[in-house]
Amino acid sequence: MLVDIRVQEETFSLDAEIARLAGAGFDVGGIGAFIGLVRGDAGLAALALEHYPGMTESMIARIVAQAGARFGLLACTVIHRIGRLPVGAPIVLVLCAAAHRGAALEATGFVIDWLKTQAPFWKREDYPDGQARWVAARESDEAAAGRWDTGGPSEA
Amino acid sequence: MVEILYFAWLRDRLGRSRETFVLPRDGTPSVRDIMDGLRRRGGAYEEVFAEGGGAIRCAVNQEFATLDAPVRADDELAFFPPVTGG
Repeated sequence: MLVDIRVQEETFSLDAEIARLAGAGFDVGGIGAFIGLVRGDAGLAALALEHYPGMTESMIARIVAQAGARFGLLACTVIHRIGRLPVGAPIVLVLCAAAHRGAALEATGFVIDWLKTQAPFWKREDYPDGQARWVAARESDEAAAGRWDTGGPSEA
Repeated sequence: MVEILYFAWLRDRLGRSRETFVLPRDGTPSVRDIMDGLRRRGGAYEEVFAEGGGAIRCAVNQEFATLDAPVRADDELAFFPPVTGG
């Protein structure tokens, strides 16, 4: 499996990343894609994202390895941005390439569900009046990861 | 000695992102023991570790850990809120 994991401030190009996977010489029949954006809740101006360098990359690598084994992926790209991102900006990209659509789509859901509960990122909401608030974790995210019926990367 | 890292609102409230913590001479403390030691410093530490109680997560050597996990010399211990990426 071709794996590419990046944590970066810069944005990403969906076209370029898809071309990279499709042109990798694998027997790729489909690519599942998830792109997370900064949602403009309640007058939000921007999100500030921070992470735990080192642990973040290793947790994402474990999630991707699990997805690769479970769904028979040929390639997987995860790009997660950090820093201050305005409303509408892309935050995260997950691309999963497989021979068939079922595996590609399921793996994409698996990776983003586990990333949300197991990768050490934190979001702060910044408002136009200068107020800032750290985002609380949501139980619905735990439930989404739990539906995959696996112990997750922490128990790997 | 142990390196302790703080993230997100814990770092904001404590006014630092990392510090060195001297372990007791005898025995192997758990993460909970170290939290108790930090709380006893008072001030912002007392507030953060008392209030945060159930909402604080930790990692030892960049692996998620429970409060019962042992902490040994030269370990890297991190305290942070539940993660909110993606």
